[in-house]
Amino acid sequence: MFLSPYTIKIFTNTVTYVVFTLVCFSVGMALIVSLLTTSINKTAGTIFRALWLLPRITPSVIYIIMIQYMLADAPSGILSQFVTGVLGGQAKNWLYSYPMVAVIITNGLIGTSFGMIIFTSAIESIPPEYVMAARVDGASAWQIIRRITIPLIRWPLLFVTAYQTLSLLASFEQILLLTNGGPGFYTTEVWALHAYHTALSNYLGNTEFGFGSALAAVLVVIGIIASVVYLRVFRFNEMVAEPKIEVL
Amino acid sequence: MIQRLRSAIPYILLTLLTTPILIGYIWLIISSVSIRTYGLRPEGLTLENWSFLTAPIRSRPGIWQVLFSTLAFAIPLGLLDATISSMAGYALSRLKFPGRRMFLSFTIILHAFPSATLLIAIFFVLRAVKLYDSILGVVLVSVSLSLPLGIWLMKGFYDNVSWDIEMAALIDGCSRLRTWWSVFLPIIRPGLAALLIFSFLGGWGAYIIPYTFLVTASIQPISVFLQSLTGDYTFVNYGVVTAVGLFQLTPVLIFYLFTQRYLLNLYSGGMKGGA
Repeated sequence: MFLSPYTIKIFTNTVTYVVFTLVCFSVGMALIVSLLTTSINKTAGTIFRALWLLPRITPSVIYIIMIQYMLADAPSGILSQFVTGVLGGQAKNWLYSYPMVAVIITNGLIGTSFGMIIFTSAIESIPPEYVMAARVDGASAWQIIRRITIPLIRWPLLFVTAYQTLSLLASFEQILLLTNGGPGFYTTEVWALHAYHTALSNYLGNTEFGFGSALAAVLVVIGIIASVVYLRVFRFNEMVAEPKIEVL
Repeated sequence: MIQRLRSAIPYILLTLLTTPILIGYIWLIISSVSIRTYGLRPEGLTLENWSFLTAPIRSRPGIWQVLFSTLAFAIPLGLLDATISSMAGYALSRLKFPGRRMFLSFTIILHAFPSATLLIAIFFVLRAVKLYDSILGVVLVSVSLSLPLGIWLMKGFYDNVSWDIEMAALIDGCSRLRTWWSVFLPIIRPGLAALLIFSFLGGWGAYIIPYTFLVTASIQPISVFLQSLTGDYTFVNYGVVTAVGLFQLTPVLIFYLFTQRYLLNLYSGGMKGGA
């Protein structure tokens, strides 16, 4: 495994995928959406959040078909139509031109909702007096976000980052459906998908259960270590407090 | 004026950010009734795409057969998940027994731990117990993978029920089982219903597990069926694909509309606030 020449390529892919999805969407976009939706009218905010949940509740196969069509080449692709018609640019098959970006956006739109829900409830529980006081003192919107909101929700921020890192590391269903590791040679093949391909599909003509399991085992070990660390960090003892009644 | 402009900024930003998502769904609807589409512009309206409802597509199983397989997978999944989770959640929340702490640790580790990495191992187990390529096998795998979340959520719901109610029931002579059935279940019913729907929808849209563990076309659920429609001709008939997609998506959206408040709680993994 460690000697395979592709390992480095796949490792790089995995890191790129996880880091960019996490920073741009799971945390970044989630924070932007929850900050925006909590600053406007409550009903409107709920509607926008409900729309952002759509990618998550949509069965993955349908969601991927939509993405593929949006990124398709002219004449049918929606993005290509938009680029040629409105921006006057060149139509192309965006999925083939920028496969990694497409994979990151596709997973990111799903990942955003998780952080969005948690950040929203955290932001809503900030006492309004804090914001009020800052505004009276003449703080700008940006200063309020930077100096009050972010510090007060740093715990949820940490939680979402940790939780999403783990689930991104092991998720591959969307990538399998969108690009199946391609186009070309391993351009979007990530670690979990590679394990799956190696063990269970006839991608390269023969299946290698043992090698695939070894690849998956790496993820399992990372997962167990990370989970144990979470339990330490996120006050597990409170969650397993002993019951108060002892009658059986 | 400037004040009003300023308060419109969040709306404008949100609309810009949300439009790409919406466009996908709008296209899905338009395309399902068009011969073909250029971007969002339909060309030639038709109901031909929906003929899969009455006649099978090429040599594939008919849609009602597919629907039956999907329900045969999703309904037992939802019922088993809800039943086991509600009982286990009660025990873990209210009873003291040896190994409770360890069991809870395992549950939350499995919950935090993404199950997709276990697929390869499960493949071997299923083949060893001769449940590979059977709906029962897929149901069992899916139930066991969704139980950690279900148990953890249910435990959370029970934890919020006051101890006094339970004490009162026990003092009046209820057994533990009776307390659970007639005192607790009515209280946590909304949560239980949400979990039932959540895990049913999980089965309804599941792809990777049925795709990996079911090879016979006639017992594959709708996601696998839909994916196979996009896979094997060189020119994909997007009209038919989107019609089948919409057929699959509609129940999900309807459920989502009615149970949104509870589902929001579940989709965040049952984590409350700071978690």
